[in-house]
Amino acid sequence: MASPSLMDTLFQRSLDDIIKGLRHQQSTESTFISKVIEEIRREIKTTDLQTKSTALQKLTYLNSIHSIDMSWASFHAIECISSPTFAHKKIGYLAISQSFNESTPVILLITNQLRKDLNSGNEFEVSLALDCLSRIGTVDLCRDLTSEVFTLMSTSKVFVRKKAVSVVLRLFEKYPDAVRVCFKRLVESLESSDSQILSAVVGVFCELASKEPRSYLPLAPEFYRILVDSRNNWVLIKVLKIFANLAPLEPRLAKRVVEPICDHMRKTGAKSMVFECIRTVVASFTEYESAVKLAAVKIHEFLLEDDPNLKYLGLHALSIMAPKHLWAVLENKDVVIQSLSDEDPNIKLESLRLVMAMVSEGNVVEICRVLVNYALKSDPEFCNEILGSILSTCCQNVYEIIIDFDWYVSLLGEMSTIPHCQKGEEIENQLIDIGMRVKDVRPELVRVGRHLLIDPALLGNPFLHRILSAAAWVCGEYVEFSRNPVELMEALLQPRTGLLPSSIRTVYMQSAFKVLIFCVCSYLVQKEDMTSEVSDLASKRECSESSDLASAKAPVECDQDEGFNPRNSNQSYEDPSVVNGGHGQLSTSALMEEKSFTHESVFKLLNLMELAMCPLLGSYDVEIQERARNALGFIELVKRDILNPSLLKEANLETEEVSASRIVEWVHDAFSEELGPVSITAQERVLIPDELVLKGNLADLEAICGNVELPSSCSFSLRSPYYGESAGISFSNLQDEEDPEPSTEATSLLTEHRKLHELYYLPSEKNETITIANDYPPANYPSSGINTNDDTQDLVTLTNQSLVSKRKPNHAKPRPVVVKLDEGDAAPVTAKKPEVKDDLLSGAIRDILLGNEAKPASSQSNPSDKSSIKKKGKEKLNVDLSDSNEDLAVREQNNPENPSSRRSKHRGHGKEKSKKSQGKKDGDGREDGGEKEKQKSRNRNGKHKTRQRADAPLNVVAQTPPIPDFLI
Amino acid sequence: MGIRFILMVNKQGQTRLAQYYEWLTLEERRALEGEIVRKCLARNDQQCSFVEHRNYKIVYRRYASLFFLVGVDNDENELAILEFIHLLVETMDRHFGNVCELDIMFHLEKAHFMLEEMVMNGCIVETSKSNILSPIQLMDKTS
Repeated sequence: MASPSLMDTLFQRSLDDIIKGLRHQQSTESTFISKVIEEIRREIKTTDLQTKSTALQKLTYLNSIHSIDMSWASFHAIECISSPTFAHKKIGYLAISQSFNESTPVILLITNQLRKDLNSGNEFEVSLALDCLSRIGTVDLCRDLTSEVFTLMSTSKVFVRKKAVSVVLRLFEKYPDAVRVCFKRLVESLESSDSQILSAVVGVFCELASKEPRSYLPLAPEFYRILVDSRNNWVLIKVLKIFANLAPLEPRLAKRVVEPICDHMRKTGAKSMVFECIRTVVASFTEYESAVKLAAVKIHEFLLEDDPNLKYLGLHALSIMAPKHLWAVLENKDVVIQSLSDEDPNIKLESLRLVMAMVSEGNVVEICRVLVNYALKSDPEFCNEILGSILSTCCQNVYEIIIDFDWYVSLLGEMSTIPHCQKGEEIENQLIDIGMRVKDVRPELVRVGRHLLIDPALLGNPFLHRILSAAAWVCGEYVEFSRNPVELMEALLQPRTGLLPSSIRTVYMQSAFKVLIFCVCSYLVQKEDMTSEVSDLASKRECSESSDLASAKAPVECDQDEGFNPRNSNQSYEDPSVVNGGHGQLSTSALMEEKSFTHESVFKLLNLMELAMCPLLGSYDVEIQERARNALGFIELVKRDILNPSLLKEANLETEEVSASRIVEWVHDAFSEELGPVSITAQERVLIPDELVLKGNLADLEAICGNVELPSSCSFSLRSPYYGESAGISFSNLQDEEDPEPSTEATSLLTEHRKLHELYYLPSEKNETITIANDYPPANYPSSGINTNDDTQDLVTLTNQSLVSKRKPNHAKPRPVVVKLDEGDAAPVTAKKPEVKDDLLSGAIRDILLGNEAKPASSQSNPSDKSSIKKKGKEKLNVDLSDSNEDLAVREQNNPENPSSRRSKHRGHGKEKSKKSQGKKDGDGREDGGEKEKQKSRNRNGKHKTRQRADAPLNVVAQTPPIPDFLI
Repeated sequence: MGIRFILMVNKQGQTRLAQYYEWLTLEERRALEGEIVRKCLARNDQQCSFVEHRNYKIVYRRYASLFFLVGVDNDENELAILEFIHLLVETMDRHFGNVCELDIMFHLEKAHFMLEEMVMNGCIVETSKSNILSPIQLMDKTS
């Protein structure tokens, strides 16, 4: 309880009392507020409007400043606006504007009160209602009140009229059909001599044109007049914005407008105006050399100012210019680079963007080096901005600007170890992506990966986990390039990997498994070499003959185990070339020497792995558990069959051993299959065979399913006794794929099944791999801002050297091949989804505008001019019914709440326009005009949809709004 | 949309006025105000008055203990918005005479009224001080 004295002295606390109370009750604000709310709930129920409105006023205040819910009071607000007293109305309207939204249940109840107030003789009441409508207007409200607003648009009271004009924007947005009613009057208002009206109407057009500029091209002459005549900077800025949107659509217009804009830029004293001119020119008039030059001069002036605002805006304008006029950035590079050490982070960011815009093949190495140094020294947020922009710039268009990938990969490694680095995900993606795309860089990649993996400290930083995951994957996948696989294995299994999240831990485990397979396989191959040397069986190492081999192998192994081992290990592997020939995996003999595996080292590896995996069998994560089980099963197999030949001998299980070493080979083959980048659209591009009916009724499948169990499961069961017994590991899957001849029985069953139910199979030719697929959408990241170097001086010289001379430097190393998928189909079709509403709106507007030109007086074309809107609604419904079939397709994607037939028609227009307009651009305006006139007059007569549809092609021609001659 | 919202916040980060031109729920408003206050109030005089936030920009200016923050679309003219803020302050100054935080607190409704005269649908519609103030003065007289 706040101040009981207040409670005692006053019957009802006023808003001022509440505010004062709040000011003195800082500590127990919430209890005070809940007390007040309690009072309000009581007071607001009274029938006395004075008390009620005061309660509402207090509630509105608390809602606005202290975020207290007031949705429960919406009905009371409506009661207040129906009061005859203006003061109550005012409170009620404020409450409504602030708290109502589309989903407020009682919103429909205010329609009549709004209508009453819009028709009121008191202009302030009208103004309250208009303000309210502009804030909360829903589709229904806008539809029902369109005619009132329309009337107000021509009232003699400027105070009301300007508001009515502004409200139109809301009407159009919510209820596009309002265009038919109000648009003409809106256009007329453009000619108004009253500056208040003009300012309002230009504001409306500025907003409209920013959404769908093409529709407003025919009004260009009006805007041009305002651009030349107006002295009001607020209005001029809006007009400039309109032209910024219109000019790119119509070159003749741009040519005409560019001079007055330059005039304004030269003459005006207002910085806001200058800036708007600059922005308009650099964004939309990039073709006009002189204008761009003038803008560049003005930007330079901005940059030299002390005001940080102007500096920021100047840099911002430069970055808009950069893609097309890099020279302007280069001219100002000194300022840009100095700004990198500005104390305003926003300015630093802007200049970082500009520095990144200057990056090219020739200077990327130097710029990145400087930036990374700078990142090391700056605060975490900025550091990550820098890293982010380096990453996104470098990977643009499939690493277009990178020539030396070894350098880039080691840069990635370096970036990972920057303490503040939080770009794990991005670096992870790039490491893997580069690994798959650039063959030549893999040795370096493995080196970098090893470096990361081997440092136990990095495991403690959660931001690095994703990078470590990539490093682990890379090292596992390309282990053949590793100098020391054993060391890798130790790194992958180190105890601190327990700190990793399980998803990444599984990557570690899988990589360790790959390394193990590699090692065992190499060991086996070496051994075979030995064997072949001894027994001259070198040529017989094919899988098919492995039984021969095995039998030959067994004794030798024995020997080796007992006598040769430590002494001969070097000597015994002297012939790596054979190995190379055999497997193509081991690249150089130098590498080979370090990689040679002795029986012991392999045994040690297996033990290490076993030791690390055993505890994981109890993991709660199924992935980890499963992988651990796989690995252990494999280890058991290998240990028993390969490394314990003595045991083997005794048991006389030659065949077993064969299968074991073959399994190793198979797994190794599976792992050495190269992974390539896959287009994200690859799956979409697989043609759906004609016979494939995806949506058909699958009920008849049941009959088939009855006898199904056979094909697949049968083949498994045939096999499992044979292979599966080797420790019940999950290799059976692999074998399935590799097995050259699936059991004939199963095959025949399968073919039979296929014959029977061809329908449900994909055609057999369809098996080709998608990996070679074409378009991989180039990684395109909007270069986010970052900033630069500490040694400003450094960068200055650097830019002097390399930015200016844009020649490609000669690189000692040729750029390695980067696997790119065909550029063929561009990036995934960014589904064009024009906003339905806008489309409707522009369609309606175009109709009106074109109609206006054809027959300026054709008011009968606006069905609504005076007739009641409700009637129109009904009429529409009828038409709708008759056309519903034809429209169905179009309507499907439409907003369900707009079922009017007229709308769907507009949508049709919109689409056609978007398709054709590119080709047409600015066809011959005059001819179009002629056709369109005919077209229009026909539409006037019978404006029924069927007609319109038949006329569609013609209409399309008319879509390009002609610019009236007097402008051009 | 142009202007999305107008906030007045004091040095302690307490909201003194909040006007939104697009619907946000109370939670969204609270979160937004919190983020913005944290971002803008930490900046000093040597830094520029524009902050990029989410997908729009905030243009702000400090008068004595009060920050005026305006959220605008990205293509809005920042300098013009600064002038708009200045115009708003001048208008309130003319009405209240040396306006201060307390004036706005105790006359929140009037402040809203002025804003309604100046901005509609997120567009600046009125930029003449006398035009903005005349209806308020008239209402003051009659009540």
